[in-house]
Amino acid sequence: MRQMGRDAGPAGDLRLADLTKRFGVFTAVDDLSLTVPQGSFFALLGASGCGKTTTLRMIAGLEEPTGGRVLLGDRDITRLRPYKRPVNTVFQSYALFPHLDIAENVAFGLRRRGIRAVRDEVTRMLSLVQLDGYGPRRPAQLSGGQQQRVALARALINHPQVLLLDEPLGALDLKLRRQMQIELKRIQTEVGITFLHVTHDQEEAMWMADTVAVMNAGRVEQLGAPADIYEYPATPFVANFLGQSNLVEAEATGLDGDDLLVTAHGSRFAVPVGRARSRHGRVWLGVRPEKLQLVADPGRVPDGRNAFRAVLTDICYAGVSTEFLLRTGWGQELSVFTANADPDPRLVPGAEVTAHWHPRHSFVLPRGGEHDVPAEETAEPVPDRLGAGT
Amino acid sequence: MTALAHLGGAPTPTAPPGDRDATRGSYRLLPYLLLLPGAAWLFLFFTVPLLQLAAASLYDPAGSLSTGYALTWAFGNYPDALQAYWPQFGRSFLYAGVALVLALLMGYPLAYAIAQKAGRWKNLLLVCVVAPMFTSFLVRTLAWKTILSDNGWLVGLLRDVHLLGPDGRLLATPVAVVLGLTYNFLPFLVLPLYASLERLDARLLEAASDLYASPTQAFRRVTLPLSMPGLVAGTLLFFIPASGDYINAELLGTPNEYMIGNVIDSAFLVRLDYPQGAALSFLLMAAILAVVFVYLRRAGTEEVL
Repeated sequence: MRQMGRDAGPAGDLRLADLTKRFGVFTAVDDLSLTVPQGSFFALLGASGCGKTTTLRMIAGLEEPTGGRVLLGDRDITRLRPYKRPVNTVFQSYALFPHLDIAENVAFGLRRRGIRAVRDEVTRMLSLVQLDGYGPRRPAQLSGGQQQRVALARALINHPQVLLLDEPLGALDLKLRRQMQIELKRIQTEVGITFLHVTHDQEEAMWMADTVAVMNAGRVEQLGAPADIYEYPATPFVANFLGQSNLVEAEATGLDGDDLLVTAHGSRFAVPVGRARSRHGRVWLGVRPEKLQLVADPGRVPDGRNAFRAVLTDICYAGVSTEFLLRTGWGQELSVFTANADPDPRLVPGAEVTAHWHPRHSFVLPRGGEHDVPAEETAEPVPDRLGAGT
Repeated sequence: MTALAHLGGAPTPTAPPGDRDATRGSYRLLPYLLLLPGAAWLFLFFTVPLLQLAAASLYDPAGSLSTGYALTWAFGNYPDALQAYWPQFGRSFLYAGVALVLALLMGYPLAYAIAQKAGRWKNLLLVCVVAPMFTSFLVRTLAWKTILSDNGWLVGLLRDVHLLGPDGRLLATPVAVVLGLTYNFLPFLVLPLYASLERLDARLLEAASDLYASPTQAFRRVTLPLSMPGLVAGTLLFFIPASGDYINAELLGTPNEYMIGNVIDSAFLVRLDYPQGAALSFLLMAAILAVVFVYLRRAGTEEVL
C-alpha cells in the first residue's frame, strides 16, 4: 500500500464524479464533479457551510456519499474504509494523540501498517517540518504552529497519493499563517504529492494553489488558475467572494466591432466580446476596484476608456493603498483602490470626480435570479442590495 | 497533592502596598484554614480509631472483653491470624478478581456506549446505572437471593437447558457470591470509566482511522490508552470494596464461600476476639495496598498518582 503513491503514473489524478451528500433534507454537496491532477496544489475555496469540508471527508472516507463516486486513478475508492485508502488528512483540530509523544504520533501510520523500522523516517519527517529534536515531547508541550507541523508530518510520512488539508491554518494567528503558507508550498514542491486544500480564506487559496475551485451551496461555481478566476470571474458570487468587484446592473445593447456595448443607467460602456459571458439582455457589468482610476477633471480622461461621474463619499486609508467610496448618479456605492503614491489633493469627500478604466478590465456576467446574490460575509458592494434602489 | 503546592504561593498583585504583608499572610493561611474542618474530622474519626485498632492488634490474645486486654506487643497475632485464615484471604481476592473481570467485560462496553453512542439517552442511561444505589445494599443482595434461589426462574431455566444438572443450584455456591459482587460494585467501575470515555475526542478516532488503524487497532492504540485513568480508578473502586466485602458471601454463600470480611465480622461481633479481628483488618489493608501498588506500577499511568 505504501508503494502506491510512488508507482502511480500520470493516472494518479483524483476524480470526483457526480458526488452528492445529503444530511436529511439538506444537500451539503450537490452533484459535484471535478478532477484534481496528480501533483497539483488544489484549493477548494468557499464560505463555511458550502460543502467543502464534507467533500474532503468523503474523499478521506470519513463520510459516506449519498451518490456519485470517488476515483483515484482508475481505482474506485468510494466505498473503501478510511484506513484502506492511500490518502491522509491534516485535520483542522490537528487531532494529535495526546497520550503519544511527537515521534510516536508521526510514526502512527507506519506502525499500523506493520512497519517496524520507523526511526529514520520519523527523523527525516520532523526535519522536513523543521521540528528536529522534538520527538520525545508531548503534543501539549507544543505551540499551535508546531502542532500543525506535527499533524503535517504525521500525514506526509505515509506518502499518501493525495494529502487532504482541512483548513489547516485556521487556528493560527496571521503572522504564523503566512509563514506556514510559505512552508506548506515549499513542502508540496519538495514531496510532489497532490495537496487538496480546503479553506475559506481567498487570499490563502490564491497564494498557495495552482488551481482553485470556488464552491457555493454544494457546487463548484468556477474552477481555474487563481489569476484567471480573479480577472474573469464566472458568476457574481465568485466576483465578490474572490476579492471585491463593482457590479452594475446593465443591458447588453449590441456589438461594435470586437466590443460588446452595454447600457447602464443611461451611460454606454464597451467591453471586449472575449470578456462577456452573456451578449444579450440583462447583464452585470463588472470591474475590479483597483482597475479604476479617479480624476477630478473630466477633461483628463484618455480616449477609448469607459468612464462615469460620481461623488466621493468616503476615503479609507490602508497603508499600501487607499479605498475611495463613490456614490454614482444612480445612487449605487462603488469602490476604487489606489496605490498610495502622489495622492491628488483634490480627491476629498464631497468632491465631484470621474472614474475611468480600460474596457479590457471590465467583464460582463449574465444577470439572472436571486441565486446570484453573493454570500453575506463577502466584501461590499453587494450588487443586489445596491441595485434595489433603482 | 499538586493542587496544594499551587495554593501556598498565591500572589496578590492587586493588594495595596501597605496591606501587602498582611494580605499575603492571610492568603497563605487560607488553604490551611480550608483544610482544618476535614483534617480535624479525619483525625478524630479515622486516625485515632486506626491507631486504636493497631494497638488492639497487638493485645495479648489471652485477654477477653470481660477480663480486659493488655498491650503486650504481641506481634505473633499476625502470623497466627494469617495461618488460621489464609484460605479466606485467597478466596477474597479470587472472588473479587473474577467479579472484576466479569464487571470489566460488561462495564467497558456499557460505559463506552453511554459515553459515545447514547446521544440524547445518555442521562437516562446514567440514571439507570446509578438507580440501584437508591435502595440499600442489603436489600439488593437479598433480592439476588430470590433471583438465584432453587425454585426461582433462573435456576429453572438453566436446568431446562441442561446448563445445570437436575439438582444443580446457584445459591450457596461461589458462582452466586461472584455474581453478587459483580452486580453490587458494577456502578463503581462504570462511572469513572464513563467519565474518561466521555472526554474521548471522536476526532482522534477519525485521525486513527485515517492513519491506517482498523477499528480494532484504533481501540487498542487510542481508545484504551486514553481511557486508562478511568479504567484504573474504576478498577480500584470496584476491587477494593469487593475484596473486603462480607455481605455477598454471607447472604449468597455458605461458610465454604466465606471471605476475609466474614472472618473479621465474626471475630469482632461473634467470637469477640478483638486482637485477631484487628490483626486481620490490618493484614487485609496491607494486602490491598500491595495489590493496588503493584497494579498501578503495571498500569503505568503516572497521571493517576
